[in-house]
Amino acid sequence: MAKVPVQFTLNGSEKAEFIDSGTTLLHALRDKIGDTSPKGGCHQGTCGACSVIIDGELRLSCLTLVETCNGAVISTTSGLSEAGVLHPLQRAFLDTFATQCGFCTPGMIMAAKVLLDHTPNPSRDEVIEALSGNICRCTGYEPIIQAVLTAARSNSQNAA
Amino acid sequence: MALALQTFATVKDANAALKTQGTRYLGGGTLVVRAANEGDVSVSGLIRLTEPSLSTIAVAGDKVRIGASVTMAAIAGHPELGTLAKAARAVGGPAIRNMATVGGNLFAPAPYGDFAVALLALDATVSTDGGETSIETFLANRDGSRAVVTSVSFTLPKADSFRFLKVSRVKPKGVSVLSIAGALELSSDGTVTSARIALGCMADRPMRASAAEKALIGRTLTADGIAPALAAAGDGTSPITDPIASTWYRAEVLPVHLGRLLLA
Repeated sequence: MAKVPVQFTLNGSEKAEFIDSGTTLLHALRDKIGDTSPKGGCHQGTCGACSVIIDGELRLSCLTLVETCNGAVISTTSGLSEAGVLHPLQRAFLDTFATQCGFCTPGMIMAAKVLLDHTPNPSRDEVIEALSGNICRCTGYEPIIQAVLTAARSNSQNAA
Repeated sequence: MALALQTFATVKDANAALKTQGTRYLGGGTLVVRAANEGDVSVSGLIRLTEPSLSTIAVAGDKVRIGASVTMAAIAGHPELGTLAKAARAVGGPAIRNMATVGGNLFAPAPYGDFAVALLALDATVSTDGGETSIETFLANRDGSRAVVTSVSFTLPKADSFRFLKVSRVKPKGVSVLSIAGALELSSDGTVTSARIALGCMADRPMRASAAEKALIGRTLTADGIAPALAAAGDGTSPITDPIASTWYRAEVLPVHLGRLLLA
């Protein structure tokens, strides 16, 4: 099958690849580019483990064909820390024990990041709604909700 | 498995390409890429369109036209489509709503397709390059549809005349046990003068509750007034069985939830 060129910005770096037509973004990120932070859980759009941010919107990389991302700006959890310092959401997930096996965590963090980007001080219900497409089988969700609320508080303290 | 994706600028070219066997139209990917990921070998090629009109929402007075590529998130966030926001938000979680399109929802098999249930209650018109079809006819013939849906159009209901309800076991987001949409008009004395009620998960695709609609005409929205409609709610239904609920369960709870919708 003919390869097609794709070009996009991933976590601030320009990426250009030749990929097989019909390749999912998840497959391209993990197996071509080497960013393994998005996880392949269900490949059905049900679990949210593959969530990434494309042009400011939360999307599922397992259902997105990489050819449709030409020119897009894509963010994944692996691009969040800066100079070895964890992003407030990553820090909060650690501090509140919101991660156990860790498989859902990158997707949860992306979903939470989109929420906090648009709603810096969300209510508990807004956090639950924002995470509603992401499944966690370890934590029972409560520590994750607390982590997002904690990160929001720490962001607003830093901004003050 | 790799799929060949072809991108077209015009609906005409996309329709021509769709004639090739094994070719499916790619909207948001939540149905067709999902099918391919699941190993559906009948999908060998995908077609997509960059035609801008497919991604626009046009509201003129109470007439609404939604391009087929418009996402559930765009509808839920549109300032003039507030009456439909609940139905758009009923679809998936935030990421799915950023991807799932109106056009795709028309093809979503039960237990999916909650927004199409709302469109059926609104008596929407489905447009393709070849012309316009009522949503009821479109849904009945959708399996053989080989033309790209370009838009859906409908008359925007008054906020108090349109009701939507989705029942799921997981909150706030879960797959439907069932969904119900109702477009009701009442006279000044509170009697129902017209009713369109659409049901999701009560067949393999959205369907009208015709017997319940007839039983509502001339009645008031009280427990006694709606009793005949609730008794007739299951007429003609053949609910699906899936991991969410059985055929029996869906049939049992339909009148309960229709009653809640009507008395709300």
